[in-house]
Amino acid sequence: MLYVVIAYLWASIWLYLLLGGADFGAGIVELFSSKGNKLHTRNIMYKAIGPVWEANHMWLIIAVVILFVGFPQIYTLMSTYVHIPLAAMLLGIIARGTAFTFRNYDAIDDRWQKVYSKIFVYSSAVTPFFLGIIAGTTVSGTINPQADNFLDAYVLNWLNWFCVSVGCFTVAICGYLATIYIIGEVKEQSDKALFVRKAKFMIIAAFVFGALVFATAAYSGVPLAQWIFGHTVNVIAIVLAIASLLFMWKSLYVSSPVLLRILAGFQVTMILFAATSTHFPNIVLLHGGQALSLLEDVGSPKTIATLAWALLIGSIFILPALFYLMYSFGKENKEVIGHDA
Amino acid sequence: MDDFIAARSQMALSLGFHIIFACVGMVMPFFMAIAHFKYLRSGDEMYKGLTKAWSKGVAILFATGAVSGTMLSFELGLLWPKFMEHAGPIFGMPFSLEGTAFFIEAIALGFFLYGWGRFNKWFHWFTGVVVGISGLASGILVVAANAWMNSPAGFDFVNGEYLNVDPMKAMFNEAWLSQSIHMSIAAFSATGFAVAGVHALMILRQKNVEFHSKAFKIAAFCAAIAAILQPLSGDFSAKDVAKRQPAKLAAMEAHFHTEAHAPLIVGGVPDEESQSVKYAVKLPGLLSWMVHGDASKPVTGLVDIPKEDRPPVAITHYSFQVMVGLGMVMLLLGVVYLVLLALKKQPLSKKWLMRLFVLATPLGYIALEAGWMVTEIGRQPWIIYGVMRTADAVTPMPGLVYSFYLFTAVFVSLSAIVVFLLYRQILMVSKLYDVNSPDYLDKN
Repeated sequence: MLYVVIAYLWASIWLYLLLGGADFGAGIVELFSSKGNKLHTRNIMYKAIGPVWEANHMWLIIAVVILFVGFPQIYTLMSTYVHIPLAAMLLGIIARGTAFTFRNYDAIDDRWQKVYSKIFVYSSAVTPFFLGIIAGTTVSGTINPQADNFLDAYVLNWLNWFCVSVGCFTVAICGYLATIYIIGEVKEQSDKALFVRKAKFMIIAAFVFGALVFATAAYSGVPLAQWIFGHTVNVIAIVLAIASLLFMWKSLYVSSPVLLRILAGFQVTMILFAATSTHFPNIVLLHGGQALSLLEDVGSPKTIATLAWALLIGSIFILPALFYLMYSFGKENKEVIGHDA
Repeated sequence: MDDFIAARSQMALSLGFHIIFACVGMVMPFFMAIAHFKYLRSGDEMYKGLTKAWSKGVAILFATGAVSGTMLSFELGLLWPKFMEHAGPIFGMPFSLEGTAFFIEAIALGFFLYGWGRFNKWFHWFTGVVVGISGLASGILVVAANAWMNSPAGFDFVNGEYLNVDPMKAMFNEAWLSQSIHMSIAAFSATGFAVAGVHALMILRQKNVEFHSKAFKIAAFCAAIAAILQPLSGDFSAKDVAKRQPAKLAAMEAHFHTEAHAPLIVGGVPDEESQSVKYAVKLPGLLSWMVHGDASKPVTGLVDIPKEDRPPVAITHYSFQVMVGLGMVMLLLGVVYLVLLALKKQPLSKKWLMRLFVLATPLGYIALEAGWMVTEIGRQPWIIYGVMRTADAVTPMPGLVYSFYLFTAVFVSLSAIVVFLLYRQILMVSKLYDVNSPDYLDKN
């Protein structure tokens, strides 16, 4: 049963990265759009993500609940020592979620729209940035519960070049996912060209920040290269991701949108796989070589069994409904997108 | 402000706001579904407009409730890590089920809001009902988790260790039923009076009267029924508290001395130093009778509870008085409305009644917040009643006061924007939602 729970934890992080990530990406793409086509970009993206945006963010809640019910030590250690970026991420989530709703449900269309949009686009970038920082912190071995001063215990574990690079890399990945998603949603060739350009921009950004992650890891003493290149499966995962990316670069225009989405999803999956498989079952590496493990730092067996059943039964209700939601509106969007209403 | 107080204030503030957003999100979908049902049965376009208008309110408050809820699931750990480390695996069951219910709510809301004209009309209506049912289920589950803090169950506490954990027993603890019934009815009554009050104001101002009358009738009817049921559930809750948490009951009632024929103390100023209540009305024997059904039986007073285990008396007592007092006012107003309705006296044309409803707009929510303060402050100094003290659960991270200021600023501005948006929705009623008004813009 423990492995069922771990699988759900991984799957919800994965889905949050893919779906929530594409959703954050929509705001990031808008942030980096030129003034001329900002409004056009926004209209296309709103129609594509409107009905499902709320559901995309539920995966984060599922992951957090699994953590605090099943793995309380991991949840409490993170929330104690990584408090500040978690709080920053929360502020980002609040600002983004509400600004998105406000801009769509304000009955009067006036200059307030600009305020909501500003908040929306900036928080769309800030939130995944801090998510990346938090992810970086879990593997950088900098969390030190024995630290006796504020900076070492609560700040310097996440505020370092490596974690910041992971944050930037996450932002680029989200933007990339969004552009690939939208390419499949637009009808007109000019729109397609626009988003192909944006996708290329995001791919370059992801490459630059990805390289930076490796460089800063070496600088900060995180043996990242050794982890990735020391394991055959990880090497395969990364090679496959890069190969499919090169293929995509060539064929962004001509490939079917479904293939593009599958490839993009595949690449992100491989990155997450390489990042998490290396240390499994460890999930948080601490200062001094200790680690928190998904197999050892676990709630009681009865809790795990009940949690696993709750997740399995919940899936029976959620997944068909979610697929039907995405299917119904995906079909509709094909017909309406591309015309500014 | 020290870190402990800052953490408590931030938690209180976050929950205090979340309760409002969540309760509206729990109840409004039902109002919406009633209006939608009337539209589907009668074909009256005005009900369609009303359904759409209310669904916009639901969307705004649902989104706000969703983010404040996400935040709370993190804040539990950010502020109370020592509590979550032990409590998470025990009382986490309702939270994991709540995740499911909430997920379904989000999916159903997506279908409902974007589904006009896209689906079979009864399927579309049904998705709106699902929003309400799953919202209500979420509320009940979260309250069950809170009930566990008042009535810990599903584990053995041996030498500081939490053994033999049973999450199902923890979820169905002794307090879950009374607390969740009380909270659900409170949500209906508070939201009902708030919605009815807003529409009553528009009726008084002679704006889109037919539209607002239809809205008022649905909201006021639900509010009145809930307000009449609430004292019964309150009595059930109080008897339950008396049994499990005598200290909380004693603080609620400002009851200092254990005695038979214990009086019910109404109002007054409790003084913990002299262990007495000044300026209060005392109704002899009534407290004993309410708790035991027998006026001659004794009720435990605060004096018999160790000083370090007593909750703050004054604030608990005042909050309780406010809750009960406002509950009585809403009960009266509800009864008057239903009586006039039954006698076919056209209550909506009576200006005095509409004015009373306008005045009652915030009362339900004030009562709801007061009631929540009673249960939370009345549980102090414990975070898990009788097992873990709140002061032992707080995070070791210093500087929480800045976090408190920041989150206060966020919540205050968020609420201001929500009120502003709802106000703008109301401003646009004649253009967007009322088919009979001369300046209606037909967008279909």
